Amino acid sequence: MDRSRRNFMAQTLALGCSVAASPLVTPVTFASVPTDNRLVVIVLRGAMDALDVVAPVGDPLLRKYRPNLWKTEHQDLDGFFGLHPELGELMPLWKAGEMGFVQAVSTPYRDKRSHFDGQDLLEAGVVEVTSDVRDSGWMNRMLGLIPGAKKDTAFSVGRENMLVLRGAAPTTSWAPEGRVDLSPQAQLLLEKIYEKDPLFAEAGQTAMTLAAELNMAQMSDGDDGESMADMVNQMKEAASAQKAGGLAAFAAARLKEDTRFATFSIGGWDTHQRQSRSIRNATRELQSALTTLKSELGPVWEKTCVLCMTEFGRTVRENGSQGTDHGTGGAMILAGGAVKGRKVYGQWPGLDEADLYARRDLMPTADLRQYAGWAVHDLFGLDRASLERDVFPNLDMGDNPRFIR
Amino acid sequence: MFDEKAQEVSKVQSFATKAAFRFGYGFTAGEADVRDVDALLRQVTEADAGIAAYAGPSFADRAQLMRDYLKHKRAAKKGDAGAKPLLRASNKERNALRAADMKRVFGRALYAGQGFRERLVFFWADHFTVVPKSRLEQTVWGSYQEEAIRPHVNGSFGDMLVAAATHPSMLLFLDQVRSIGPNSKAAKNGKKRRKVKGLNENLAREVMELHTLGVGGAYSQTDVRQAAELLTGLVVGEDGAKFLPRWAEPGAEDVLGKRYGGDPAKMSDIEAFLRDLALHPDTARHVAQKLVVHFISDEPDPKLVDELTRVYTNTDGDLPSVYGAMLDHPAAWVDLGQKARQSFEFMVASLRALGIAQADFDDLATGQVNRGLNLPLNSMGQPLRRAPGPNGWPEEPEAWITAQGLASRLQWALSISRRLGRDTDPRDFVELALRELAGGSLKFAVGGAEQREEGLTLVLASPEFNRR
Repeated sequence: MDRSRRNFMAQTLALGCSVAASPLVTPVTFASVPTDNRLVVIVLRGAMDALDVVAPVGDPLLRKYRPNLWKTEHQDLDGFFGLHPELGELMPLWKAGEMGFVQAVSTPYRDKRSHFDGQDLLEAGVVEVTSDVRDSGWMNRMLGLIPGAKKDTAFSVGRENMLVLRGAAPTTSWAPEGRVDLSPQAQLLLEKIYEKDPLFAEAGQTAMTLAAELNMAQMSDGDDGESMADMVNQMKEAASAQKAGGLAAFAAARLKEDTRFATFSIGGWDTHQRQSRSIRNATRELQSALTTLKSELGPVWEKTCVLCMTEFGRTVRENGSQGTDHGTGGAMILAGGAVKGRKVYGQWPGLDEADLYARRDLMPTADLRQYAGWAVHDLFGLDRASLERDVFPNLDMGDNPRFIR
Repeated sequence: MFDEKAQEVSKVQSFATKAAFRFGYGFTAGEADVRDVDALLRQVTEADAGIAAYAGPSFADRAQLMRDYLKHKRAAKKGDAGAKPLLRASNKERNALRAADMKRVFGRALYAGQGFRERLVFFWADHFTVVPKSRLEQTVWGSYQEEAIRPHVNGSFGDMLVAAATHPSMLLFLDQVRSIGPNSKAAKNGKKRRKVKGLNENLAREVMELHTLGVGGAYSQTDVRQAAELLTGLVVGEDGAKFLPRWAEPGAEDVLGKRYGGDPAKMSDIEAFLRDLALHPDTARHVAQKLVVHFISDEPDPKLVDELTRVYTNTDGDLPSVYGAMLDHPAAWVDLGQKARQSFEFMVASLRALGIAQADFDDLATGQVNRGLNLPLNSMGQPLRRAPGPNGWPEEPEAWITAQGLASRLQWALSISRRLGRDTDPRDFVELALRELAGGSLKFAVGGAEQREEGLTLVLASPEFNRR
């Protein structure tokens, strides 16, 4: 499956020219933004367990808190922290200095531990859940500070219209499995129908262009457009396009053009039961997203910073069903050629009971927005005052952790 | 290919067409035209045909389902082998209920023959948005519209406010069930092991900001705080909202310059407060503005808003009078096109235009509802149970006519055209669905499609069909 997906995406990319032959395609034109760097934000929904993904295996307390979970054979990162074995394919990225972590970070959200509110706060980038929390996301407000940013500068990838990118600055939202099976002739007619209505004309043009690229790739993937096997393949591809690898491949295709910002989410981190098993789907998706981004971005990977963030961490102690419950401090994953990897950033608070938050959760020692803030500061030259005012209101960014190359 | 001379001459839009698009769910074969304002208003004042055809279980019955589920879950956790099949059956039943709820929402809009009432139900359910998060909230979601909104669409705003703001769905959504008076008996004598909860302002704030006075309304943070204290004690019981005096903050509260409550705290104090809010001049204007924005234009005619505000005030928020004031005003009958149909409205209007037999619709199984209605709605950006926040769905056309939104509309239109339009000639369809709204070039394009279903799809995807 993996292989066919890569194949399918590779063809998508190679099809740049032939797509232009399709009737509607005057390819979407992209304004040049005065920056060559790329930022990908992946929201890990469900609360990723920082102590399992980047486990402090060097701390003997871990096995006391987690009599079952600690048995997972983590792969050594720096002598203290170990990487979850289900993320083993990411070790080459770590070794190449293209992946790092930040430990013990969180949003300002405390105590209630609701996924819903926690994710809203994470994506809005604000301090408190208010009634307008879902009106604008921090990436959108950041986009407002980028001169020359256009609709196509930033993409929300997948069926959900990501809150982190919602707001006043124009952006594009697209699900890679989205298709429009109209014949070329009907597309021409549609273009004519939309001619006098700019709102429909623009949305229609973008939709047709994006759908055409994906449709063409799918059509040329099989030998016979009518065969049963081909239909099955198409369905499989549609299914895999919805998975993280598919989202990442689509994001990469856009980022290789003039798009500079992309965001999507990976769910499945809410591991209340049998964590060693229930986490596998999420880790597989995350691994596939990051490896796909690297392979599909090619040279652009060097200019890319990927931030994976989650709404909060999980309890330090495992619960009665060999899982973990909602906690506070968590971890962030950094990846891409633009980051200084092979390092676990952050101030480690320790696991002594007195050092825990509410004697149960990893104590957050930094606001994860500081890291996001410094990333965009260094990548796009945005000034600190605007970031602390417009993008992350009421944030003190503190010292630059300098994790961007 | 296109005959430029076939350009449309601007045609007069008829009353029936404006009524169908602006105040209804569009045309469907066999339904009589709405010819005057009285006929439109009758759709609201006569008996609710939608609920007669599609009524779901009450809150109490749904709450019982949840209690059964929790009972089986506890038993299964304790290792009771007999509880497992019961737990599975309970999960299945609640999943089927979710699909059935969605089907009822569509069914009423499709077949009740009271388009204006149904559009108003959608409007009010959005004004009083609830977003179900927990299992319990998901299970009771369907009863909210039926119990809190529909019975009051032809009544007074005050009645609807009381019903909506005190419905369990709202109390759960806006955290009222977590709010406890800091000096209440329960907080003072609460068992140590039980975490004492404090005051939660969420419901108090949203009732004033979103449901009544509006964000620019004449209230302060102190009013919010006082209102939140007044609301303490209001929680969810087995059969609906109930009042727990032990949770209520002692003493009277002053909100917007008026004193409410005192000891002992009573549910009727809360109701009195809500009824006063309903009659506040800021509420009149806020409601008037929202109605005009939803039905007519994002930039509403101030004269129209003034008129609705006046009638609202004079009638103490009698909603049919307010609707009547809107429909009687010439500004309500300007040409169509300033708004875009939201995704749910687009789907209902498309299904009505193509015509789906009620018996076939009623036969849809759970999986078909999920694939045929829920998934497309999600793709088009309007999962009905997941509004972006307590302020509901966006009004502006730009929020709906996006690349992703339009592609999803197109793809779904193509699939229903294949399924439902096999015997429909696109040239007839464009007349049925759009009448005089279809100009020469649209008719030409539709007639020029190679395939029948593509011709139908072009009609459903046209700006003329998607705007109103």
